Amino acid sequence: MQDAVCAALMIAGTFFMVVGGVGVIRFPDLYMRVSSSTKASTLGAGFILLSLAFHFNELGTTMRAVATITFLVVTGPVSAHLISRAAYGIGVRLWEGTIRDELRGRYNPDTNVVESVELESNEDERPQAP
Amino acid sequence: MSELTLTSAVVLSFLSVAFFLAFVRLLRGPTLPDRVVALDLIAVVGIGFVSAYAIASDQSILLNVASVMALIGFLGTVAFAYYLRRKA
Repeated sequence: MQDAVCAALMIAGTFFMVVGGVGVIRFPDLYMRVSSSTKASTLGAGFILLSLAFHFNELGTTMRAVATITFLVVTGPVSAHLISRAAYGIGVRLWEGTIRDELRGRYNPDTNVVESVELESNEDERPQAP
Repeated sequence: MSELTLTSAVVLSFLSVAFFLAFVRLLRGPTLPDRVVALDLIAVVGIGFVSAYAIASDQSILLNVASVMALIGFLGTVAFAYYLRRKA
């Protein structure tokens, strides 16, 4: 029974990991790839760590697994936000099919601040990514 | 127990596929942030890989490796984001 739960959790985690990898390959721009990579792979690692906790069934191992899951869940969105914001600042383009860019005309690349009123310069004057 | 060993082998091979996909993005990624995202994904898949290997080999001490990889992966991404912002 315990092995069955462990195997099911491990397979679920692997499924989400592979989905994250496919998303990173297939999505057309950086911001979608960040979304795919962060969410799917955090869920996958969480499932596999939970499976590990079920397999060993000791208090110390379970606590460490839960601590690692908590750390992953807390830091995943933070790192995704940081890297997306830095990428927008250096001018990484959105996919040409993107319908809405909320930051367009409001992001000040000099101060790295999002203004509440529209600025003079628009997105096209941002520096291009290397 | 042998079912769990078999499951671990299948899981490790599929995680290798995820590694490969992230590595392709690391090589192809048109911009630097794309490569950073791929590295982040490689770190998280590595956590899953080490955990699955800990189950396969019945060594709970390997969980420490997974925790440290989580810490280092986050630090690496933050450092890259800081570097990108400084460079701009």
